[in-house]
Amino acid sequence: MSTELPLIGDYSTPTTQLSGARIGVVTFPGTLDDRDAARAVRAAGAEAVSLWHADTDLQDVDAVVIPGGFSYGDYLRAGAISRFAPMMDKIVDAANSEAKLPVLGICNGFQILTESHLLPGSMIKNDHLKFLCRDQLLRVENNQTAWTNGYEAGQEITIVLKNQDGQYVADEKTLDMLEAENRVAFSYVGWNPNGSRRSIAGITNEAGNVVGLMPHPEHAIEAGFGPDHRGTDGLTFFTSVLTHLVGGKK
Amino acid sequence: MPRIVVDVMLKPEILDPQGKAIAGALPRLGFTSFEAVRQGKRFELFVDGEVTDEILAQAREAAETLLSNPVIEDVVNVEVVAD
Repeated sequence: MSTELPLIGDYSTPTTQLSGARIGVVTFPGTLDDRDAARAVRAAGAEAVSLWHADTDLQDVDAVVIPGGFSYGDYLRAGAISRFAPMMDKIVDAANSEAKLPVLGICNGFQILTESHLLPGSMIKNDHLKFLCRDQLLRVENNQTAWTNGYEAGQEITIVLKNQDGQYVADEKTLDMLEAENRVAFSYVGWNPNGSRRSIAGITNEAGNVVGLMPHPEHAIEAGFGPDHRGTDGLTFFTSVLTHLVGGKK
Repeated sequence: MPRIVVDVMLKPEILDPQGKAIAGALPRLGFTSFEAVRQGKRFELFVDGEVTDEILAQAREAAETLLSNPVIEDVVNVEVVAD
């Protein structure tokens, strides 16, 4: 199976100039998936910009991906030390600003976003205590966010899940609020792989510009390499944000 | 050197998978008197010199911001230990 980049349709029509979109990918000590995330950004047709955790310059990026891995070895709590990185201060400010910088946190990136209080709740160890790596079926619960607008509501997708601290927890009030405000972005379908409350796999903030999830869309962007060796279900995250950036909300 | 000890526990309503695993292992070693186990964290902050009220206040703030995550954990103890 051969694959050419970019994988999606031609965005270079006069009304949708996307060649200029620049998406930052943050690297912390212990980040693993920054290269894959950058590759996914390029596959979607945007320019990937490397951001270093200790820097304070966002380099005028249009969106940010906080990739997975084990930043600071998951010491203290997953994401707890990264949260205080100078780059995170900039990202938190930009996400909360009027411009509402789109931010996607994947796996350890999701944990960093909850530790930063950009998203509610937290992740604790999987209920079965094992590291788990599998092709995971998810349901898109909210397709109105910056990172999910290319999906159909209720669409089922398969992307990779791989973590040890993936059990999403929050108090009942917060869980009720997330469901009432349609802020559950993704749910696990079928078996709940880590004991997450209400089978929550990913959530969004109120404005829909910040999304975090445990599974890895950046590992499912190329035919021949994704789940079942064919899955490209994750690519829509990265094309969705481009649609969002040109104002093309669904 | 005096230390400030900070103890952090998961909130009671948060499931503790590690504690559960330990509770499952205890009877295998013949320890059958324990109904449940919850695992926490102990931090020791070393201070060069006297622990002033200001330093203790800093320790409490660090305990609430970095050492614990108030969403899932409680700081259950902050105390000075002089050697």
